[in-house]
This record gives sequence, C-alpha cells and structure tokens, in this order.
Amino acid sequence: MHELSLARDIVEIASAAASGSDAKRVVTVRVRIGILAAVSSESLAFHFEEAARNTLLAGARLTVTAAPVVVRCPACGRDTELPDVKRFVCVVCGTPTGEVVSGRELEVESIEIS
Amino acid sequence: MTPRIVELREGVLKKNDAVAAGLRVRFRAAGVCVVNLVASPGAGKTLLLESTLTELQRLGRCPVALVGDPETDNDARRLARSGAPVRQIRTHGLCHLNAPLVEQHLEGWDLAPVEFLFIENVGNLVCTTNHDLGEFVRVAFLSATEGEDKPLKYPGLFNSADAFVLSKIDLAAACEFDREAAVTNLRAVRPEAPIFESSGKTGAGLAEWLAFLIERRSVLLGSGG
Repeated sequence: MHELSLARDIVEIASAAASGSDAKRVVTVRVRIGILAAVSSESLAFHFEEAARNTLLAGARLTVTAAPVVVRCPACGRDTELPDVKRFVCVVCGTPTGEVVSGRELEVESIEIS
Repeated sequence: MTPRIVELREGVLKKNDAVAAGLRVRFRAAGVCVVNLVASPGAGKTLLLESTLTELQRLGRCPVALVGDPETDNDARRLARSGAPVRQIRTHGLCHLNAPLVEQHLEGWDLAPVEFLFIENVGNLVCTTNHDLGEFVRVAFLSATEGEDKPLKYPGLFNSADAFVLSKIDLAAACEFDREAAVTNLRAVRPEAPIFESSGKTGAGLAEWLAFLIERRSVLLGSGG
C-alpha cells in the first residue's frame, strides 16, 4: 500500500519532468532511499512497473540507491556513517547520538530520457 | 533525441511536506503545541490520551484532539468523554495519517484558544515514519504487552521520536516485560529522547508526562503564548 502510493508519486514527478523536457520516453529513473525511510526496494520496483504503465515511463528501469545513515555527534561534532541501525553512536568517539543528518531520504535523483 | 540525464533531486513526499510546513506555521502562530502519537495498534494511546485531555483541562489548559483510524468513530467518542473537542479522521484503509488529512479535518476549527493539539495516528510503526503532520513533538509508544525489541525492529520510527511512552506498565510483571531491556533498546536508537513510564489504568506516570507536555509547549512556543 505504502510502496504503491510512493511508486505513483515517483511516476508523477518523473512524468512531469520528462514532459517539461520534451522527452519521448523515460529510460531510467534513479531514486535515493534512506535506510531509515522504511521502504522496501523490491516492493517499490514491483509497484513501479505497474504505475509506469501507459505513461512516458512505461518500461523504464528503476534504480534504487540505499542512502546510509549518517549521525552527528554532540560531543566531537563529526558526522559519521553507521555500519548498522542497531546502535546509534558516533563511530569515532562512541558517544550515543540519535541526530540523523541523512538516511531518511526519499527522493527522485534524476531521470534518463530519450 | 539522444538520451540524456535530467537531475531532479525532488522529494517523493514533497506535497505532504509542503502541507505539513504550512500547518506548522499556522500552529506556531496560533500557539498550538502539536503532538503526534504513534504506536502499534492496541498500545494504549487512546487511554493515555483520554486522561491527558481530562487532566490538562483540570489544570486550566485547552487541549483538543484528532484521532485517526481506518474505520469507526469509537475512539473519538471515547476521547470526547473528557469534555475536550475531538474529531475523528476515518482513513478508509490508509495505514497512516498525512498532512492533507489533518488540514482537511481542521476546517472550521478555531485554533486561537487551543494550547495543545494531540494527533493520535493510525496504529502502525512503518508508514507513520515518513509522514510529517506539522507536529512539534512526536511521541512513540512501546507497551508492556509488546516485545522489548520493537525499537530495534522499527528503528526508522523509533529514531524519529522526540519522546517515548512505556505504556501499560501495570502489566509489566504479568507479561514478564523486561523494562531494562526495553529502555536499553529505546536508548540504542534514540539516546536523547526522554522515556515516560505510564499506566492509563492506574494513572502512574501521568504527572511527569503532563509536566513534560507543558514544559515542551513553553520551550517551543514561549510561555506567554
């Protein structure tokens, strides 16, 4: 349900951009999804195919980049990438921090048109 | 046409985010502290909210609530017993509230006298994560009848919270709920967020919870507002 509506939103954004660029069709859509965005790439790809039907995106490839979680440390001020999402701590000094500076993204990065 | 790349960098939820940003400006101007309550179904949101609405009014405060469910207005009727104005949002299957739904259900509501708006989200720990409702405070519940490892299973949601409620704490012993493990797991994903143990049944922890809400409102909106 959630991924279906996201797939529709992605198609809408990409279609609008493609029409604005006088494209005949969209070949690839690149999206960036943060690990914390709680979105399944497989499910998104499945629904994307369906949502793209009868649009400029019909048959387009969906490329998903998983954006890692980066936290900011309140003690040393560094931004570090978490190796997993089980423990939110500064990778350098070990200070606990839940301040996420990236890893929640849900964005259409670019489209390839022809 | 030769294939070419068009850079977009557009948020997929930009429509929701734009409405939420507009709501936040409106809430701030009206001095309304908006609290989004998120949890799995049956975690004790409604019972705690019912006593919260009652007690805030007893303290001379003006709270209102919006409550989301796929169907029925049962929760709105329950919450209205507190005497506070309450509106039900029926989502008809949608598993989370979004900013346009909140905006739509605020229509015709005079926010000027309101000090707190509680938005009880649809019971869901996934889809509620990314939907900004224009709130100032997001509170995630973990009840004693659930597994202590829920924060690790749903890090996206629990990390997005500003505070936690450990609800149904009166049932902790009966459910062999390991409080220490629950607190450790909440701290693992969101170390800074305060944790409030509460029981909607016995009223335990209510005073601390109310003090937190009042303090948050004055920090966020200024005590005069």
